[in-house]
Amino acid sequence: MCFDRATLAYGDRVVWSELSMTVPQGEFLAVLGPNGSGKTSLLRALLGLAPLASGSLDVLGGPPRRGNPDIGYVPQHAGFDREVPFRGRDLVALGIDGHRWGFGRLSRADRARVESALEDVAAGPYADAPIGRLSGGEQQRLRIAQALVGNPRLLLCDEPLASLDMRYQQEITELIGGWSRDKGGTVVFVTHDVNPVLGYADRVVFVVNGRWATGSTDEVLTSETMSGLYDAPVEVLRVRGRIVVVGEASGAGFDIDEPHHFPEPTGVHHL
Amino acid sequence: MIADLVHLLGYEFVQNALLAGLLVALVAGLVSRFVVARNMSFAVHALAEVGFTGSAGFILIGLSPVLGLLSGSLLTAVFIGALGLRIRERDAVVGVVMAFGLGLGVLFITLYPRYASEAFNILFGAITAVSHGDLILMVAMAAVTIVGLGIMYRPLTFATVDPVVAEARGVPVRLISILFLLLLATAVAEAVQVVGVLLILTLLITPGATAERLTAHPGLATVASVGVALVSTLGGILLALVTAVPVSFYVTTIAFVCYLSARFGLPAIERSRRVTGS
Repeated sequence: MCFDRATLAYGDRVVWSELSMTVPQGEFLAVLGPNGSGKTSLLRALLGLAPLASGSLDVLGGPPRRGNPDIGYVPQHAGFDREVPFRGRDLVALGIDGHRWGFGRLSRADRARVESALEDVAAGPYADAPIGRLSGGEQQRLRIAQALVGNPRLLLCDEPLASLDMRYQQEITELIGGWSRDKGGTVVFVTHDVNPVLGYADRVVFVVNGRWATGSTDEVLTSETMSGLYDAPVEVLRVRGRIVVVGEASGAGFDIDEPHHFPEPTGVHHL
Repeated sequence: MIADLVHLLGYEFVQNALLAGLLVALVAGLVSRFVVARNMSFAVHALAEVGFTGSAGFILIGLSPVLGLLSGSLLTAVFIGALGLRIRERDAVVGVVMAFGLGLGVLFITLYPRYASEAFNILFGAITAVSHGDLILMVAMAAVTIVGLGIMYRPLTFATVDPVVAEARGVPVRLISILFLLLLATAVAEAVQVVGVLLILTLLITPGATAERLTAHPGLATVASVGVALVSTLGGILLALVTAVPVSFYVTTIAFVCYLSARFGLPAIERSRRVTGS
């Protein structure tokens, strides 16, 4: 995956500009930044859903295209309708043939793939329960199975840990990180909190206000780099193996309940 | 009573009614699964009511009311599709289009003085008045709906259950929404023939809503939905033949009883659904 001076804009609003980075196959890339900084747009660009304003982007050896079967996608946990007649295994099966036109049954081989994908995420015990009644963590496991059942080479995850509790956050991250390690798959992991992925991320890219910085966690998450990105004094602290970003830009200091959140930029102009 | 029924089954109008009922039940049972899952009750209502305006307009210029109904309903689908597909704006757009459509309907009724009985038929259904010509049109509409649903079954399911991932996997979610609206308009025009404009929800919502209460298996839910639609429609027609009460009353009552039974009569299934194995 290779971004070369890539700029994404919606109308006049530049989301990020002149982004250049190369992510080799098998790497785990964490995409960081405050809400609304264009993290999800980065995934949409990779999925071929948001065309670049300028520059180029190469995904798995070609330009981004819609419905690339080599790309798996795990969204933010949003919950399903409680009554929808749909089971875990049906959700996973969509990962094989949900995009195809027509009406069809899965072949025996495909049904076996669904079973093994369910096993890989240990979702067997609740594979036949209605998805709307499962917990957030269980639903996210099923979504990972759905994304991986097609044997992708690249897995895009958009805030897959949001609204999950700590235990589930660790389990889900380990499932994704473990897949990357074992299968040599590339992961692009969008998250507003770097801490759950600290042990997995080979590289991070931090996006804010159209600006960006990329490198290893230690290179990017420094007071100096972050202050430059925010164009305001920001301090990066390492406390008991966790990273805490504190900035004046967040207004009243930082939120005590969520000290790991990146400060929201205020009073900083878009590039 | 049974003898009466057997005697009546020999009449062509009865056979036409039963055949029409069968087609309507098949279409309604299949479509209502998606209507319920996509929260489209209000859209169904609008498609039917503006369909009423369409048939009033066609009667005014001397054309087939069934064709008028289909035209009104399809035109409404096009407007809703063009003006608002996002959930947030859809309700408002449906309301706006429906209000204007019904306004036109008032004009058409006023312009056509002998309209009263035909209006009653369209509003409350008149399955036993289905002519041979109407039946041919109904077969065509049923074929279009069923084949259309068959073609888009998997991407429609994906886009309905999990729209964000469906889009990421390349499903043309917007196109699917528009195509489904057009199919829904056709299904509405079909189902209005049995229960009428005002009672349309009984065939396009109740079967799907009942099925959801019975099983979590999507295939079985579709079978259950078609089953409820068949029992309500054919049962309603047969009961209406041997009594003096209109078809619509029986259809709505049977469908409602099915829903209540599924909702409250199956505690065992409900309990097993709560078990998630975690």
